[in-house]
Amino acid sequence: MSLRKAGQDSHGQDSSYFLGWQEYEKNPYHPIQNPMGIIQMGLAENQLSFDLLKLWLRRNPDIVGLKKNGASLFRELALFQDYHGLPALKNELVEFMEKTRGSEMKFAPEKLVLTAGATPANEILVFCLADPGEAFILPTPYYPGFNRDLKWRTGVEIVPMQCSSSNGFRITSSALEQAYQQAQKMNLNVKGVLVTNPSNPLGITMTRSELNHLVDFAIHKNIHIVSDEIYSGTVFASPKFVSITGVLKERNSDNNIWNRIHIVYSLSKDLGIPGFRVGMIYSNNERVVSAATKMSSFGLVSSQTQYLVANLLMDKKFTSKYMEETQRRLKRRKEMLVCGLRNAGIQCLKSNAGLFCWVDMRHLLTSATFEAEKELWIKILYHVGLNISPGSSFHCCEPGWFRLCFANMSEDTLKVAMQRMKAFTHSTTFLLKAS
Amino acid sequence: MKLLSTKATCNSHGQDSSYFLGWQEYEKNPYDEVLNPEGIIQMGLAENQLSFDLLESWLDRNPNVAGFKSNDGKSIFRELALFQDYHGLPSFKKALVDFMAEIRGNKVTFDPNHIVLTAGSTPANETLMFCLAEKGEAFLLPTPYYPGFDRDLKWRTGVEIVPIQCTSSNNFQITEPALQLAYQEAKKRNLRVKGVLVTNPSNPLGTTMSRSELNLLIDFIKDKNIHLISDEIYSGTVYSSPGFVSVMEILKERNDLEDCHAPVWDRVHVVYSLSKDLGLPGFRVGAIYSQNDVVVEAATKMSSFGLVSSQTQYLLSAMLGDKKFTKSYISENQKRLKRRQRMFVSGLQKAGIGCLKTNNAGLFCWVDMSHLLHSNTFEAEMELWKKILYEVRLNISPGSSCHCAEPGWFRMCFANMSEDTLNLAMKRLKAFAAAEFNGSSCSKKVTLQLGFPAIVS
Repeated sequence: MSLRKAGQDSHGQDSSYFLGWQEYEKNPYHPIQNPMGIIQMGLAENQLSFDLLKLWLRRNPDIVGLKKNGASLFRELALFQDYHGLPALKNELVEFMEKTRGSEMKFAPEKLVLTAGATPANEILVFCLADPGEAFILPTPYYPGFNRDLKWRTGVEIVPMQCSSSNGFRITSSALEQAYQQAQKMNLNVKGVLVTNPSNPLGITMTRSELNHLVDFAIHKNIHIVSDEIYSGTVFASPKFVSITGVLKERNSDNNIWNRIHIVYSLSKDLGIPGFRVGMIYSNNERVVSAATKMSSFGLVSSQTQYLVANLLMDKKFTSKYMEETQRRLKRRKEMLVCGLRNAGIQCLKSNAGLFCWVDMRHLLTSATFEAEKELWIKILYHVGLNISPGSSFHCCEPGWFRLCFANMSEDTLKVAMQRMKAFTHSTTFLLKAS
Repeated sequence: MKLLSTKATCNSHGQDSSYFLGWQEYEKNPYDEVLNPEGIIQMGLAENQLSFDLLESWLDRNPNVAGFKSNDGKSIFRELALFQDYHGLPSFKKALVDFMAEIRGNKVTFDPNHIVLTAGSTPANETLMFCLAEKGEAFLLPTPYYPGFDRDLKWRTGVEIVPIQCTSSNNFQITEPALQLAYQEAKKRNLRVKGVLVTNPSNPLGTTMSRSELNLLIDFIKDKNIHLISDEIYSGTVYSSPGFVSVMEILKERNDLEDCHAPVWDRVHVVYSLSKDLGLPGFRVGAIYSQNDVVVEAATKMSSFGLVSSQTQYLLSAMLGDKKFTKSYISENQKRLKRRQRMFVSGLQKAGIGCLKTNNAGLFCWVDMSHLLHSNTFEAEMELWKKILYEVRLNISPGSSCHCAEPGWFRMCFANMSEDTLNLAMKRLKAFAAAEFNGSSCSKKVTLQLGFPAIVS
């Protein structure tokens, strides 16, 4: 008998994104135990500020012990499975989200739905907004996980909106329109656009003008916008983060479009706690909030974790200092990477956010093709010993771009990676010149 | 063009049922010994609140674990914060399978490589539906069944449920004719049956499945070449004989299952969770166990949509890894459940109300109030339910919300309140039943003369 969903490939896990990960697992770099191993630059993790979190934990032993003022809350928390979520946590999260958006506007806790990470948040939104066979437009390049998260169990299609280096991969009205026409040709009913802002893999925040194009488009086509703002706390340089809600507020838009804007967020990147599974949907649409809340039953946040995070965020002095310091460290780390790559004769897209850079290695390709990109990726994986993510796995329309992560390793390891890269490009250039 | 999806705007989340409505009424007027002594007592929530002291004292003895520290006091916060591997924390999976084996008297063992962790059994069941059936296909479920299944199994999957009607004539056990009838019913509705899903021990019956029922099920799925899902979420709550027999034990015993073409072993899947046995529904810990590699692989990837917090995995890996603790916990917890059930059944008897005599597990009793109905109809059952909710102020679950074929049965939970509260509930019920009996013109049961219905325990 067939197990169609079980057997088919649409979980998207045969892409190089996951294959590179597997190779790394077989031969992982370690400064002492395996100095010739593969350095993992394919994982967008924020490992720079655990010292700060650990310090907080040491100062607040009660919280992890599930106690408050000496009294045990174990029982209440053990029983708490209300899909409306821990009120204290939701209150803190909306304040945290407000701060990240320069307090431009207030968020209401009752419009928040908690989910076990951004992964279920995105899937739930698609289940709520589209029927099987309908489609969402996504600007390329985009996070490979979306192929699984948005499409697999929902039966919804992704129609890519091609962005190119000619304008720094920015979203344009014509590209949006083109994608829409493409969907029409394929007989797909477009229900919305999903963007990641700041972008993964580009590492840039969307400009006001891009956001306005997006809103114009959504109003004109009467469709939804899902803004995955999972990296919103990782903005380390100007321009400041502008959320879609900020732009809507400026435009004084009527209620209709407000009903079609939905934000996804998570603490996995900003706080570096992907293991704790804390994500959320924020929506002004009551019916979406109502349906999404019920669907969150399929992936609730552990009450033990809700309690910990609520208390962490409640310490405003700490979170303020934490965000400032993390962003400072990310900026420094990014500059190290950019500098190191420059020494290797490699440029990056100028970025101001995220845990990675979007790197231009087109000049290292033997031909401007995806086959050549794959060859280069394999060479870098096996001969240089770096697991980086090829642009094709992000559905980039131009070969030669790669995403390199910089926040998931020590400074020393990053230096080693840069040295290896430099050695590689020098020999490659020599070979290219020689041929 | 409609704005939202069909799923978002339809009713198939099943949340308009009385199961959820009674809950809402309780929320508006909850009983509190001091603050609201006339309030509604919640008897509709299958929670195990009897053994928290045991868990709390373990936590007090092991403060390092909650503090993200390993045995030698070293902080592993970083490793745990980063751990999002959908294969699950190896130490937790090992501790969990050992615990599951212990609950089954170590008559079966489980391989940690075949377990998939999920954020509770709710996603475990949904995930199995996604893996085993297409939209428009069906699973057979014996009635009465947990109302949540209407949402969990059907809503986003598009899979249908076809009921296997069970009746009080044989204490609601599954029979071969009932299975065949359900299968035919599905055929009539043009639904392709992909499997059977049972809850063992049963919710809401509070009984373990017998060996003969289990063998019947295996025969049936073998014959029809379909799957069997056994939701064993209540396996640790069995407190009296005949004791718990898992479907895994039956599979092991039988020697007729070596058919290579479509091995039965590949089509039996177990669901588990720590929400009932350990009373930790808030921590969201569930699991799928299957010998079928394709299912395990797909379910593992799907678990991305509901992973267990690594913070929680670590805490429980230490707790369940403490074998001395788990042994004493399992035994003490069962003792307390047994005592509580005895109290409850005795209180019911004093009210002239009986419950299923085979009740030996779970956190509730399946109670027979058919003698209090004005007529043998579901309308009368709803009337009675409302009276009990608003006048007696007990939130109990009517059999119709569990799709029971016979009116008059109710599920009443006994492990989610203090002894005093339970006593009060019994007093209120006794007063109500006496008044009803005196004022009742219904004499359809001869046994009313005795003040007890036929199926008293």
